[in-house]
Amino acid sequence: MSTAQPAVTFRSVSKVFNERARDRVKALDDINLEIQPGEFISLIGPSGCGKSTLLRLVGDLIAPSAGTVLVNGKPAPQARLNREYGMVFQQATLYDWRTISHNVQLPLEVLGWPAAKREARAREMLRLVQLEEFARHYPWQLSGGMQQRVAIARALAFEPSILLMDEPFGALDEMTRERLQLEVLRLWSQTGKTVIFVTHSIPEAVFLSTRVVVMSARPGRISGVVEIDLPQPRGFETREHPRFFEKITEVRERLRQDEVRTPSA
Amino acid sequence: MTVAQPLETQPTAVPGLPGWWPAVRRAGSVLLILLVLVGAWEGYKALGAATGGLIPFTALPLPVRADDKSMPHVWTIVGVLFQPARRGAEQLLWQILLEAALFTWREALAGFVVGSLVGFLLGVVFVHSPLLERGLMPYVVASQTVPLLAIAPMVVIWGSRLGWPAWASVTIISAYLTFFPVAINTLRGLNSPEPTALELMRSYAATRRQILWKLRLPAALPYLFTALKISASVSVIGAIVGELPSGIPDGLGRALLTFSYYYITGPEKLYAAILFSALLGLTFVVLVMLVERLVLPAQRRLE
Repeated sequence: MSTAQPAVTFRSVSKVFNERARDRVKALDDINLEIQPGEFISLIGPSGCGKSTLLRLVGDLIAPSAGTVLVNGKPAPQARLNREYGMVFQQATLYDWRTISHNVQLPLEVLGWPAAKREARAREMLRLVQLEEFARHYPWQLSGGMQQRVAIARALAFEPSILLMDEPFGALDEMTRERLQLEVLRLWSQTGKTVIFVTHSIPEAVFLSTRVVVMSARPGRISGVVEIDLPQPRGFETREHPRFFEKITEVRERLRQDEVRTPSA
Repeated sequence: MTVAQPLETQPTAVPGLPGWWPAVRRAGSVLLILLVLVGAWEGYKALGAATGGLIPFTALPLPVRADDKSMPHVWTIVGVLFQPARRGAEQLLWQILLEAALFTWREALAGFVVGSLVGFLLGVVFVHSPLLERGLMPYVVASQTVPLLAIAPMVVIWGSRLGWPAWASVTIISAYLTFFPVAINTLRGLNSPEPTALELMRSYAATRRQILWKLRLPAALPYLFTALKISASVSVIGAIVGELPSGIPDGLGRALLTFSYYYITGPEKLYAAILFSALLGLTFVVLVMLVERLVLPAQRRLE
């Protein structure tokens, strides 16, 4: 690991929902994690393990109940105000009334960029995700996979150093999914961003990541971190690499150990 | 938004038929229903004539009397439009009614504009202040449960005391009806974006104003047009009701009132006036729909 400032630091972070109500839920308990710049981190675990909550804490979409979340050395709210991360959700969340190009320009408008600069950047980003010819289309004219590529282009448009992805391919079919995984890897190696990727697919996590953070539920804890030392750059042949299957087994066993500990799951 | 949508969801014409065919079909179905209604009206009258005003095979009278003094023939109603409004008058009834309708429409339009603006602003205020929404919404709802007939004379009296022109009171009465659907639907529309659409804005550290202009307002447009269509039709009702206590002689309100006095001797004139009132409301709604078509693509319209 480099000695540079970590991209994300969790220090004794916990998150309780409905703190004062009878249905209080401890979503995350004593999370400690450091993510280095340029890493590709996957968060994986059973539903209810708080992996999305963890991501949303980085984005300051929710606040921790206790502990500290630092993003590029700053508290998460400050990092959000500095626009240091881009967010991709499971749904593309494109705005229906905007063309594809204007969807990509949305964050740039919020940032107050001049129109010409915005348009040039949108063109550049759409070229990056290979959707240039759809700039003037509307979201409903694109397939689900294409919409998600637009969402990625939008998240990268203002050049945040961190990309947060919350099950971005969860609603897509397997073939589209594999194609987009390659695309994300390509973008990651081209741009050098830090990526934090929430998924419930073990092969997806292993294929994409430099490290896989395995979580357990009730309350959400980090139960282990698996280093994925598969050769870079990765491609179709990675999925046939013997180490790929070893790593999948390692992650799966890590997850199963947690299941044994909490039989209710 | 669903995830996997086909590339072409534009409403396409049936293959082999020209592009204007759907419009013709729609107009045809409207015409067909009009014919059915006319047929039902005349059929009911024929039934009444055949049975002497009784329900067939019983000694019970029909619920509505079918004679010409209660239900004039459709052609009598249409025919009276092309006769002088009064004995010896120059103008035909349809000309009088058209002038009255245009007069009433001006009042309704003013009420529609004022009411829609008020309703829209209320929606915008409410979406930003849950406290105001909780506090004021019961009154907004209650305002619509008070009979308009009770409020209209009060507004007219206050208006005349303040020295307003009579049409201004009518506009307020019309606006009183129109603001409500716009307020409710604007609020619904402004709240319609999915949570992730709002979180996206939060991730950009967007200001409230940016969220309003770039997300909430465009998302609310389909809801707003739904409300404006309702408002267009009720603004006409508000204007007609408002005309009665104001003593405005030029609008449909007075025409309806006058012809109802002569209902016993000539019911067809009242029916003709009712027809024009309905046509006025319909025309206004169609105008709003045309604007909606210009502003919103088919995929975004709520229909």
